[in-house]
Amino acid sequence: MNFAPAPFFLKDTSVGKVMAQVCLALLPGIAAYVWQVGSAIVVQLLVASLAALLAEAAMLRVQKKPLGLFLADGSAVVTAWLIALTFPPLAPWWLVATGTVFAIVIAKHLYGGLGQNPFNPAMVAFAVCIVAFPALMSQWPNLGLQLPLRDQIDIIFGLAPRVDALTGATPLDAMKTALKLGEDGSNVARLLANQELYGNFAGRGWEWVAGGYLLGGLWLWQRRIITWHVPLAFIGALVAISGILWLHNPAQFANPLFHLFSGGAMLGAFFIATDPVSGCTTPRGKLIFGAGAGLLAYIIRVFGGYPDGVAFAVLLMNLCAPLIDLLCQPPVFGMKDADKGDST
Amino acid sequence: MPMNLFTFKGGVKPPTHKTQSVGLPIAVAPLPSRLVVPLHQSIGGTPQPVVAAGDKVLKGQLVGEADGWISAAVHAPTSGTVLEVGPHVQPHPSGLDAPCVVIAPDGQDRWIERQPFDHAAASPDETRRHLQRSGVVGLGGAVFPTHGKLTPAKSVAMAELVINGAECEPFITCDDLLMRERADDVVRGIGIFRDLLQPQKVLIGIEDNKPQAAAAMRAAVAAAGEDFAVIEVPTLYPAGGAKQLIRVLTGKEVPAAKRSTDLGVQCFNVATAYTAWRAIAHGEPVVSRLVTVAGNVRQARNYEVPIGAPMDEVLALAGPQPDTDGIVMGGPMMGFLVPDSRAPVVKATNCLIAHSARLFPPKAPEMPCIRCGACAEVCPHELQPFELYWFARAKNFGKTQEYALFDCIECGCCSYVCPSRIPLVHYFRFAKSEIWAREREKNAADEAKARYEFKQWRDEREKAEKAERLAKAAANQVSRKAAEATGEAPADAEKAAKTAAIQAAMERAKAQREAAQPKNTESLTPEQQQATAEIEARRAAAHLGDSEQP
Repeated sequence: MNFAPAPFFLKDTSVGKVMAQVCLALLPGIAAYVWQVGSAIVVQLLVASLAALLAEAAMLRVQKKPLGLFLADGSAVVTAWLIALTFPPLAPWWLVATGTVFAIVIAKHLYGGLGQNPFNPAMVAFAVCIVAFPALMSQWPNLGLQLPLRDQIDIIFGLAPRVDALTGATPLDAMKTALKLGEDGSNVARLLANQELYGNFAGRGWEWVAGGYLLGGLWLWQRRIITWHVPLAFIGALVAISGILWLHNPAQFANPLFHLFSGGAMLGAFFIATDPVSGCTTPRGKLIFGAGAGLLAYIIRVFGGYPDGVAFAVLLMNLCAPLIDLLCQPPVFGMKDADKGDST
Repeated sequence: MPMNLFTFKGGVKPPTHKTQSVGLPIAVAPLPSRLVVPLHQSIGGTPQPVVAAGDKVLKGQLVGEADGWISAAVHAPTSGTVLEVGPHVQPHPSGLDAPCVVIAPDGQDRWIERQPFDHAAASPDETRRHLQRSGVVGLGGAVFPTHGKLTPAKSVAMAELVINGAECEPFITCDDLLMRERADDVVRGIGIFRDLLQPQKVLIGIEDNKPQAAAAMRAAVAAAGEDFAVIEVPTLYPAGGAKQLIRVLTGKEVPAAKRSTDLGVQCFNVATAYTAWRAIAHGEPVVSRLVTVAGNVRQARNYEVPIGAPMDEVLALAGPQPDTDGIVMGGPMMGFLVPDSRAPVVKATNCLIAHSARLFPPKAPEMPCIRCGACAEVCPHELQPFELYWFARAKNFGKTQEYALFDCIECGCCSYVCPSRIPLVHYFRFAKSEIWAREREKNAADEAKARYEFKQWRDEREKAEKAERLAKAAANQVSRKAAEATGEAPADAEKAAKTAAIQAAMERAKAQREAAQPKNTESLTPEQQQATAEIEARRAAAHLGDSEQP
């Protein structure tokens, strides 16, 4: 007798389909990236994907897990794409590959593989590389110079020399440095007037990329792959703290819009902090997780030494996630009043 | 009637597959070759068989008498001859046997003398007993004896009587067809429940994908001159769960640890109301039920099936396709594959689905949980299924209970949406049964410990008593000696009385012993008596009056 427990039919879904939708949701951001920053990102996406799949296959082989089943789940590709999108687009290929392999082997499989990692693998890769290779991780393309794809590829694969003139800091980093050095009388408004670097309100080109992520994130929410809690809390906290400091001293602190559309804020809010494996899962827990990540991201990017704070913010919140969830368990059906009243 | 409805959290919308079986009216299933009527067809005690092999029975005749208050009688579904009373396979995932009354139908289908029950003249208790005698149980699937639910709570006034016509499981349409075709009897049955419970309101909940059933019920309510509210509730599985329907209609949430009557609500299935009315007005006990036969069949349809009919014969009525490889009892969300297609239809059988790989494709392999939380979003009891899964897998059963494992109603919503294809409910059933098994073991161990401790205590007590007796005897001896020496009576009169009492008791005991001794030597044959005498003689010769020694 064949044995199968109920339910006998299931919703048409799978881990692979969920991950595919996450990748699909990244496409508007990637399209904006290609259009505004350069096609090199496609090369980096391919390098990262390849490295991720190879590392994943090797780890699955070692653990004697079914290769086809787990390679098809798409989780390695999502990690790879997030790494490619957070690393500088002209970073040498081996840096992206090293970060990806580190994410898959150390941050994912050594912790038990799919569903077991306490830290977001892509953010682990970013943190490790920015600590180990701070210079390479801080060289962002100078958007004023649109290099032909051929030259971009040559730089990525080390066939052409890395000329300092081609690269610079991110708008976020540039502003922090400028304010620290007291350039232009240390006035945010005067700095932002430099459209060459800061575009319309946050960063030339990058604001479009962030807008793409926002669009894709909203689609993920509409598809119910993510809930509204984390992105809203992340964005809310970031807007709140940047808004308070901006209102307090508009000359020294950039406005919330600048922070929202700079660096990894949008990607972090919708694609990284929403990672269910390493994040919170209860509704209240997600709110705390998102708000904490937004708050820490701001503090690190404004007062810390790194160009952006999203990666470290998410990792720090990953640490707290199990405890937050433990304390935020929602009451079950029929027990909502009991929780408020006597606890005997 | 416009009414504010409430919602419950979670729920899923699986394809309903209901249209296939509502096209034709209810058909009466022909009598099968033989009927295997399980005695245990409701929650509670197993009814005692009151017939034996060879007995002639009539349709509706009692074959199993309710055992205790939470138990309901079982009746012969047709007239015929009892072939045997013995164990047969049950429609249960375990595939275990249980006592059944096997009846060979005589083809005449002759009823017992049916006597209507005048419930207006009878006391509520008599009405409840009549329902118990008629084998009326919850036909929504839980088969709880209905009379046991017809007593209002003492401290809480009965506010709402909820009648469940939601029928949220896919494929199943037997309640739909019952309401369409027999709404009058259903409504009158609800009237009986209303009379017994005296609620302020009667709310009949029907999912809004059954407009014809709702219309028929409205017409029947109007015709009966009742004020029951027929309410169409949004189609959302599991809206037909008693607690979910109560929530939707009244806004009340019944916690797992409470009865709904504690909140002034009670809930019955429409089919239960129907059988209650048949039992009251026509004196017909529950000997058949409506069964939806659907799935991988040529013509899905609802049949009125005698209890005890073999499932494969019932399924054959609908023409199962050649690739049918099993029978699911119940719906696809909560039902189970019957381990043996000869298993009988019972009062809990609302649906039989012909199973095939085409209809229910084999499930993709189980993947690790990615904690996406889809299960928690759809859980109607607002549990965290992925956490429960985690702890159940780790056999950390204490934690599963902390996360409210026993609030799980096993509706299957979590398994349905899980992208990792984890059979979550299956893990929860496993955890529950493990916890029950451990509790039983623990209880058994506790009892053994208690017995052991009592024995120890008794031994200690006896030892102490013996020591006391010896001490007393020694003291007596001393005082007697002293008395002899002085030639006077013992000074301590109390002691003397005690000694006398002990003496008397010992004599009584001796007399008893002597009286009791020759227990197995009474009514012996002369030869045996002689043999005994010889043995006694030899024993006396060998030991020289052993028995005389103290």
